[in-house]
Amino acid sequence: MKPTIELREVTRRYGDVVAVRKVSLSAFPGQVLGIVGPSGAGKSTLLRLVDLLESPDEGKLLMEGEPVRVDSPKATEFRRRIGMVLQRPVALNRSVRNNLAYALRIRGIEEEEVFRRVDAELKRLGLADRSMKNAKTLSGGEMQRLCFARATVFDPDILLLDEFAANLDPSNVALLENQLKTFVSSGGNRTVVIVTHNLFQARRLCDAVALMWDGSVVEYADKKKFFENPDDSRTAEFVKGEIVY
Amino acid sequence: MVTTTGLELLDVTLLSLYVSGMATILGSAVGIPLGALIGLKEFGGKGAIKTITYTLYGFPPVLSGLFVYFLFSRSGPFGDFGILFTPTAMIIAETFLVIPLVTGITITSVVEVDKNIKETVRAMGASSRQSTLTVMREAWVGLLMACMVGFGRVIAEVGAAYLVGGNIDGKTRVLTTAIMLETRMGNFEWAMALGAVLLAVALCVFLFLRLLQEREML
Repeated sequence: MKPTIELREVTRRYGDVVAVRKVSLSAFPGQVLGIVGPSGAGKSTLLRLVDLLESPDEGKLLMEGEPVRVDSPKATEFRRRIGMVLQRPVALNRSVRNNLAYALRIRGIEEEEVFRRVDAELKRLGLADRSMKNAKTLSGGEMQRLCFARATVFDPDILLLDEFAANLDPSNVALLENQLKTFVSSGGNRTVVIVTHNLFQARRLCDAVALMWDGSVVEYADKKKFFENPDDSRTAEFVKGEIVY
Repeated sequence: MVTTTGLELLDVTLLSLYVSGMATILGSAVGIPLGALIGLKEFGGKGAIKTITYTLYGFPPVLSGLFVYFLFSRSGPFGDFGILFTPTAMIIAETFLVIPLVTGITITSVVEVDKNIKETVRAMGASSRQSTLTVMREAWVGLLMACMVGFGRVIAEVGAAYLVGGNIDGKTRVLTTAIMLETRMGNFEWAMALGAVLLAVALCVFLFLRLLQEREML
């Protein structure tokens, strides 16, 4: 099967610091891929490279087998097929409803359809009663729900989630994880990449897991192998929680 | 006394509002997109352009007047238009004063928009144009402030208005040039009263703009 996203020997530096080091990784249609690792391992940078927010200094990014460059005219076209929740959720200074509508309007979807989808999404995420409020007034949990809704409302082919349920109470975590499961199971062979610190979450949601360590992917395996019989000793220690980070 | 009647006072006040308002609108129509472009795009010489823009905050009104006078005087390159000593010439001269202020404040306002917002907009798949317009909307308070500062500068200026308007009674006399005339004629009370009217007009305009600024975005 052709991977939806493929990184080939990708390196990304910030000055002297190598954030991502010669990473080769693929995510396939219908797959939920988890990227775990300690803080500063390069997980978020990797996700930003996939969302074409950053250019690799070396290596290639391929989307459905086609190389894509951040500054190419095709980058916006590809980005429009990707929904992303960034590590720091932020809302535009407008109503909750219009925050969601924005994601559809920039894709040229007709107004009637925009609000039909927006209202359904807000209902699903338990934000219907907040729809006419300015999004800046939302609580942390509501804001993360809004950002999740904004990333999924246009039915993206690829969903990238960077710590999408971090710092939330258990009920909000459960709500978002259930939404994600619904999104994945609703067909369309979508690809989901989740960056998380939470190994339990990776175990609950992912089909395959990669461990990033100091900018490199040191283990990439299906969930069972990753958690029960990893090849790399660092993965074994990480999974056991023996490495404090 | 020159501007003694209520009707004349009303004419002078309305002309002040018209000239300053039009200069603010035209100056903002140029300055806001220009500032957004300079603030959000990366290009060579950007630092130098920003420094020049900020330097022009102190552009003397009388120099702007002189420049427009030269352009539209009978022997000037656009003398045939015959607009010297008309409100149009005053608007043009004052527009040049508004542009650097609006441009500079717009640059600062769009640069100050949370970088996470800019990134979120890109991550959502907005095109470059859509991103720029969204960031401008996020910087709404700052952009309105730019217009307010621009209006504040031109409603209060006298040099350019006098030079290219000529302070002609019933034609190009505005509040500031009327104050100057009354003072020269020794009518200090009237000059002070006109000053109070000028402040009242500015108060009304700024109150309206401030209400717009504080409006909750939905």
